[in-house]
Amino acid sequence: MRHTLAVLVENSPGVLARVAGLFSRRGYNIDSLAVGRTESPDVSRMTIVVDGDERVLEQVTKQLHKLVDVIKINDITVDEYVDRELVLIKVNADSAQRGEVMQIADVFRARIVDLGRKTLTLECTGNDGKINAFEESLRPYGIKELVRTGKIAMLRGSKYTGYQDNGTKEEI
Amino acid sequence: MQKTGAQILVESLLAEGVDTIFGYPGGVVLPIYDVLYDADIRHILTRHEQGAAHAADGYARASGKPGVCLATSGPGATNLVTGIANAYMDSVPMVAITGQVPTSLLGKDSFQEADITGITLPITKHNFIVKDVNDVARTVREAFYIATSGRPGPVLIDMPKDVSVGVAEYTDPGPVQLPGYKTNNEPDTEQVARAVRAIEESERPVIYAGGGVVSGGAHGELLELAEMLLMPVATTLMGLGGFPGNHPLSVGMLGMHGSKYANYAINECDLLIGVGVRFDDRVTSKLEEFAPGAVIMHIDIDPAEIGKNVGVDIPLVGDVRLTLRKIIERLRPRLASQWRDKIGVWKKEHPFEFVENGRIKPQEVIQEIFNVTKGNARITTEVGQHQMWAAQYYTFTRPRTFISSGGLGTMGFGFPAAIGVQVACPDETVIDIAGDGSIQMNIQELATAVHYNLPVKIAIMNNGFLGMVRQWQELFYNRRYSYTELDNPDFVKLAEAYGAVGIRVSKKSEVRPALEEAMASAKPVVLDFPIEREENVYPMVPPGEPIHKMLG
Repeated sequence: MRHTLAVLVENSPGVLARVAGLFSRRGYNIDSLAVGRTESPDVSRMTIVVDGDERVLEQVTKQLHKLVDVIKINDITVDEYVDRELVLIKVNADSAQRGEVMQIADVFRARIVDLGRKTLTLECTGNDGKINAFEESLRPYGIKELVRTGKIAMLRGSKYTGYQDNGTKEEI
Repeated sequence: MQKTGAQILVESLLAEGVDTIFGYPGGVVLPIYDVLYDADIRHILTRHEQGAAHAADGYARASGKPGVCLATSGPGATNLVTGIANAYMDSVPMVAITGQVPTSLLGKDSFQEADITGITLPITKHNFIVKDVNDVARTVREAFYIATSGRPGPVLIDMPKDVSVGVAEYTDPGPVQLPGYKTNNEPDTEQVARAVRAIEESERPVIYAGGGVVSGGAHGELLELAEMLLMPVATTLMGLGGFPGNHPLSVGMLGMHGSKYANYAINECDLLIGVGVRFDDRVTSKLEEFAPGAVIMHIDIDPAEIGKNVGVDIPLVGDVRLTLRKIIERLRPRLASQWRDKIGVWKKEHPFEFVENGRIKPQEVIQEIFNVTKGNARITTEVGQHQMWAAQYYTFTRPRTFISSGGLGTMGFGFPAAIGVQVACPDETVIDIAGDGSIQMNIQELATAVHYNLPVKIAIMNNGFLGMVRQWQELFYNRRYSYTELDNPDFVKLAEAYGAVGIRVSKKSEVRPALEEAMASAKPVVLDFPIEREENVYPMVPPGEPIHKMLG
């Protein structure tokens, strides 16, 4: 099963290497990892999607907790959360195909962000199901290049996985 | 007052109570060495940085205080790596300080540059590169705190040269504030209650005690618990000395080369209490058949150890000593135990044994070392057959008296570790039980022992082979001794060349007098025991077999 972990880490050099290195040397499989700083400049948030059974997940969590730079980990898989991923796709689109591609973009509420003589570059956000469907819709035209950010996620409603400066950690 | 980074580093070390450093100077640590020249810290110059790391490790294991080692950048730093990995695997508190090229040269493949924080990421509890002289004092405080609290481990501080020579105001950094770092000392009350119920309901309990008992100072509590419930206690290699080996409830070491009775007890127990252990594969062997009928209880300060290798029924995350104390407080003593009696019968039926044939047997040499020292020595070992014979045939009764590389299995560990032990315990007898292969991995440290008048004794079980590898070749590779036979130097002459004493023992009757002569000497002594060449370590659980199916 795939689990989504919201991980708060100190915003210091080398943290990503520590986290990624831990996954590789313990043999855990990262499906996706997105990282950026939070509302606090000292703290970054990683959204990690990891594939494994409960035992794997337990070990992943415990081993991550051992890293001094890891402040807090929440497995939000079973909670209500919003998640998004951004994709940029450069697709073959000559003048004959351009209209069809633009229609597909409309359906997925994607935007055209660049165009070349025979290509269109589109951006689309959504959960991974939507992004996968968007990608599949464009595949017949010939995808020249594709880049995905990896998933970011946040709990719905008033729940949050934040870290407060007074040292207390809000549980979800 | 303005001070240089090197001055702040040394003052911070003093503030942490450091009185000894094992190290080796080099270009970019010269500013630090210049400050050490006048500092109230004893610096032991080893002959190789690996020796410094192992010596710091031995010092820490013997004293319970963090061991500190210092090396220059690049090759100096990478030479520490084996020693750091060794400390990491065996949870030894250590602070390794490395010099680094100036920050302006970082990442440019500069002379003697190595990304030591990158290299040691997987083998340190945490590591730092200090890029601002204002961070030196705080970093040292944090490093020592992390190395010594919770599950101990090595921490590395990388000091670029410009930070060492840069100046800043030195102020005490105050208490450590690390929001992501927490230790789990107090066990959960409900789990303690479950543990107590499980112990009281069990008929055939066994305690399986590891290095956590020794490092956690929980030997007194372990003894009290075992005696209250008349529970047999098996220890891991790392746990030797954590429970008195001469106690009637001791069943000695378990696992691949453990006692038959310990392994039988594990196989038939209905409750297995793991205390400060990590269910290493050398202990459990075939996991699916390890303690097959037992409820498994696991006490450990590191939550990640719970359920890492085996499924645990009753997890107790906490300081081992505190957790055992909480269990003891709620238990009623047991007055009789048929289970203990049954194990007593096994002990009589399946003692450790070897065939005497008039030649020098390593098992007898170890027994004589015990007899001559009356069990009062600190024993270090290298890694291999001699290590297992030392574990089997020397009876360890006190914690921190058996110092060996458990997790990493580092040949070359024992002798430099013995140097560290001797520095920590100057008035005690320190003996490195070595193999002829292992001792040659760090034999250059004889110069260190001689220079500092550290009267370490080295007892070489010399069979002209990489003995344990040869044993595996004999048993599992059809006696094809591929590159395991050694042409050795004359160890006696080698010892003398270094200024130590060398003693060759050529027959059985000379074993005891030679040991007595060595113990009486105030110098480092190398004892060369030419032992039976193809002697094997038994019992032995072949790889992949359950632990009650032993050879020998």
